[in-house]
Amino acid sequence: MAKLILLLLKLCILFFAVHAVFEDQVGKFDWRQQYVGKVRFSHFDTQLQSSKKVLVATESNVFAALNSRTGELFWRHVDKTGPEGNIDALLHHAQDAVLVVGNGRMLRSWDINVGGLNWEMLLDTGSFQSACLVGQQGTVKHVAVLKKTVISVHYLSNGHQKWVENLPESETVDYQTVYSGGNGQVFVLGIVPHSHITIVVYSMEDGEIIKQVSVEVSWLSNIPASCAVVGQGMLMCVDSTTMSLNTLDLHQQLQMTQIPLQSLGLEVDPDFHPSLVSHQPNPAQKPLSEFFLQLGPERYLLLQLNNGQIVTLRDFKPALLASFATTGEKTVAAVMSPKNKTACSINLFSADTGRRLLDTTLIFTVDPSGGKPERLHVQAFLKKDDSVGYRVMVQTEDHALTFIQQPGRVMWTREEALSDVVTMEMVDLPLTGTQAELEGEFGKKAAISLDGLLSMVLKRLSSQLIMLQAWIAHLWKLFYDARKPRSQVKNEVSIENLSRDEFNLQKMMVMVTSSGKLFGIDSKTGGILWKHYLDNVPKNAAFKLMVQRTTAHFPHPPQCTLLIKDKDTGLATLHVFNPIFGRKSQVTPPALPQPILQSLLLPFMDQDYAKVLLLVDDQYKVSAFPSTKNVLQQLQEMASSIFFFLVDSSQGRLSGYRLRTDLSTEQVWEVVVPTEVQKIVTVKGKRPNEHVHSQGRVMGDRSVLYKYLNPNLLAVVTESTDVHQERSFIGILLIDGVTGRIIHEAVQRKARGPVHVVHSENWVVYEYWSTKSRRNEFSVIELYEGMELYNSTVFSSLDRPHAPQVLQQSYIFPSSISTMEATLTEKGITSRHLLIGLPSGGILSLPKMFLDPRRPEIISEQSREENLIPYAPELIIRTEWFINYNQTVGRVRGIHTAPSGLESTCLVVAYGLDIYQTRVYPSKQFDVLKDDYDYMLISSVLFALFFATMISKRLAEVKLLNRAWR
Amino acid sequence: MAPLLPFNVAVISIVLLLTCANLVSCNNGRRVGDPLEAELSGFSVPLEHSFELDDVAKFQSRGSLLLKTGREPSVSLTQNQLSEDDRSKLKEVAAVDGLYRIRVPRVFLQADRQTEWQMDGYLTAFVRACAMVESHLSDVITLHTDVSGYLIGVSIVTLPGACRGAEVEDEVDLEVFNTTLSIMAPVNAPGPETALFLERMEQESEKKGKNPQEQKSFFAKYWMYIVPLVLFLMMSGAQDQSGGGAGGGAANGGGR
Repeated sequence: MAKLILLLLKLCILFFAVHAVFEDQVGKFDWRQQYVGKVRFSHFDTQLQSSKKVLVATESNVFAALNSRTGELFWRHVDKTGPEGNIDALLHHAQDAVLVVGNGRMLRSWDINVGGLNWEMLLDTGSFQSACLVGQQGTVKHVAVLKKTVISVHYLSNGHQKWVENLPESETVDYQTVYSGGNGQVFVLGIVPHSHITIVVYSMEDGEIIKQVSVEVSWLSNIPASCAVVGQGMLMCVDSTTMSLNTLDLHQQLQMTQIPLQSLGLEVDPDFHPSLVSHQPNPAQKPLSEFFLQLGPERYLLLQLNNGQIVTLRDFKPALLASFATTGEKTVAAVMSPKNKTACSINLFSADTGRRLLDTTLIFTVDPSGGKPERLHVQAFLKKDDSVGYRVMVQTEDHALTFIQQPGRVMWTREEALSDVVTMEMVDLPLTGTQAELEGEFGKKAAISLDGLLSMVLKRLSSQLIMLQAWIAHLWKLFYDARKPRSQVKNEVSIENLSRDEFNLQKMMVMVTSSGKLFGIDSKTGGILWKHYLDNVPKNAAFKLMVQRTTAHFPHPPQCTLLIKDKDTGLATLHVFNPIFGRKSQVTPPALPQPILQSLLLPFMDQDYAKVLLLVDDQYKVSAFPSTKNVLQQLQEMASSIFFFLVDSSQGRLSGYRLRTDLSTEQVWEVVVPTEVQKIVTVKGKRPNEHVHSQGRVMGDRSVLYKYLNPNLLAVVTESTDVHQERSFIGILLIDGVTGRIIHEAVQRKARGPVHVVHSENWVVYEYWSTKSRRNEFSVIELYEGMELYNSTVFSSLDRPHAPQVLQQSYIFPSSISTMEATLTEKGITSRHLLIGLPSGGILSLPKMFLDPRRPEIISEQSREENLIPYAPELIIRTEWFINYNQTVGRVRGIHTAPSGLESTCLVVAYGLDIYQTRVYPSKQFDVLKDDYDYMLISSVLFALFFATMISKRLAEVKLLNRAWR
Repeated sequence: MAPLLPFNVAVISIVLLLTCANLVSCNNGRRVGDPLEAELSGFSVPLEHSFELDDVAKFQSRGSLLLKTGREPSVSLTQNQLSEDDRSKLKEVAAVDGLYRIRVPRVFLQADRQTEWQMDGYLTAFVRACAMVESHLSDVITLHTDVSGYLIGVSIVTLPGACRGAEVEDEVDLEVFNTTLSIMAPVNAPGPETALFLERMEQESEKKGKNPQEQKSFFAKYWMYIVPLVLFLMMSGAQDQSGGGAGGGAANGGGR
């Protein structure tokens, strides 16, 4: 085997020169942004006054520490996706952070200074309910974890279990909360809904039950939602039906005492479910006797429990959010109240008196393109004069974190929505003003006859004057910058000076995130140039982003359309915007009352150069956007050549439709894959902006094998419903999307998904899991017309009677993959690579050359002539193929490729938890001179040669003259 | 003369019988979905077609497909001629660039019992009517099945496939279908070819073992090339290490 590998390596080296990133190129053409996801728990590190850490645990199963000064990551731990890695609780004490992960499956302790794992314990099965730190005599040494039927207590230092006890009557009682007031007792609160509360008190020492009482409560069903422990072990619950506060002393457990809110002089919104917020600064001590009661969406009350009496300390109205924070011995309450439409003010109040602290106002400017504030995380600290200062981290609906210092200076913002990018597009930047001016002049050819010659001349002169002006300004800037030291010259990219560069390498990345926030990111630097939050996006929305008008049609602004579809109802809305500035377009999109089945962007444009978008609703009626008279007329003319297909994977039905002149549709073909045997998992067409440069491949004997380049071809992947490893299979159907003709049908036996497919040019590459050999395998299908083309000028699906030749070959791949995409270049001359996102975080650029079904098993003279690599069953991952060197990309979900103005260069964006942007050169930079190209040498040689010719010419002349005289 | 009479009768009866048999076979060919045939380890399903001026599908019988079930399903077709009305209609439809559609019912080819093969719904396909006319009704119909024998799709193409606007003068050309029919099951996609590769590797190593000349190490064999190369490299220095990249890349790019 070793020999085999050695031989393969030799072959590889013979065929390819090494291409990787040079050390000084790191970060020059690429950038990475790391995210954590929507924050679920957060804690400030309060050990030291100067500590800069914010601990966050997120809904993306990430646990991380952020630098509170800059917003950068100190460290980050990414757990498994899905419920297995779900973070149930985050407890923080001194240097340790304890996480409960995977519905109580794991208990982990992390050292927050370095982010290292202290210990990890596997817990018994059982669904997680609650966890808390347990303190005794002022020190915290244990952590208690409550599950459905069992409570366990672990040492904080090493995670070992101190004791574990089964909960009494756990079949009937629903245990929900665990609480400890620092006096050597652990209280477990459970409930039998609409009957009674059960309180079990355990001794901290040995887990012995000290007391077990039940108290009649008929209305309560969920303790954490409506109760909180306040002061000296008083359980405070709020009842929204009778509008009252109920207190229960956990130590005496007599019965609940009801205090109607009206007796406190309080009115409650009838539709609002009130809630309580209490605060326990130190787990070894009792909680504060002050607590917040939220009475309405914009009303909070600071109350105090004083010897069984409830005192109103302060009524906050209006107040959006309220939160406690402790520093040293002092506890403060921070309250955010709306100031005006664009700003909120945050004030600090003393927790025990409710008095406002002086000079603590902080202004939070609500971003109009962002969401409403959702949560408030307060970091309080003692100033030198012993007064309390604070900073806040505001979490908004669009998953953004904003860290603000007094009096309202935004220190940093993290756009955590970008951790879940759903779809993206790369849009060319607009031309500069002068370029546009020139374009505009040549663009208006039709107007020549009207304007006459003179005005044209004047226009030309004026535009050239403007260009001259711009050039002088540019020169001046160069001169000015040259005098300044290098470090001070900064090329700040802002939305005003955005313009296309010479080779169109810098583009606008329009990213759509699952939260409904749209971003415009500069592809060169990664800076966010605009953002826009759509606040009416349903939770389970599917997005489709389309570029209707590019920047090429000055003075018409570029236009993108986002189709947002509710997956349950199928109802859709359109958001039309300018991709360069992010502004909503003036064009009003049509209202879509019917569920939408399919959308397609047609290749023809209306008179304003916007591509026509067709939307098919569930009545199979078609509506066009834009739907001007011109468009409808064009549609009528072209109706008989507009075909589209629909896929109903629940019934296994693929059907083709043709447009009629009255914008209704007719079904023209139907293919049904019985769902009893297999289900359709993926349908992949080709990318519309793909160009294929060569129509065929030159064979060893100088004949040409023509490619079958059907732009309407669909690759349909099915998976068997039978999952037994001997009988499971995946099916590949190649169907013509216009005629419904099945071009090729193959099954890969003893295989199962997930299947990743790339479909481009005349080939389909797919990856699957082989159940027989237990490994990942790649397979490639290539289609050829044969040695002659049927019709070389134009391709029509309706007129291509001969079935193509199908070649297929498979390979072993040594890793599983997350996602796959093919590179794309301007003209399609450059050879193709496959970009493969691996679960390890690497992005592999695998030359398509290795996935070629014509790789011969026996090397012949002809195959050598054709430059075919001999067949080897294994594809080897070579480390220099990783385009992101050590910049691992967490949880890659998608890779987007876009052509640049240079044929050799393809822009790549990989997104997932992180975003990584780079450029790839699949055939090396054959159209670019190297950075270290020696201009001096070349020009001096040229000059020397020039002078040499001049001199020798002169000498020759003299010699000739001399000879003539002789 | 008397003995001749019965012979005569016999001849007449034979002739009669023959004509009867002929008539029966003619009928058989035209009838659709004959239950008699289903018993012969196969069954027949109707093949229907539709070509209308207003493009609203009205399917009529075109013929019947006799499907043989079993491990290797096969298919044969008996079909009607186009009537005069149909011929003229087809030409009219072709003139307005209408569609010629066909459909077959969804069936299950591996069913043991006759009742099991039928499922609800049809599979449809189309060609342009003009292509049908210009090819003089020469079409290729392919039925596709899945792994377990369900019919999943049907496709129709004409030969030649193009519409060039050629007039078909002779009505006779549009009378009889000239159909090539086939049934296709999915092919098995190949897995990685490890066995063959290993065999080849072994062969190569054996060959090397036989020939001691080959066993010499790389350096022993090629030292006369390597030494001057190394010397040359040392002389020229390491200054243009990166120079080769661009050239190699261009060659790479051109090679596809």
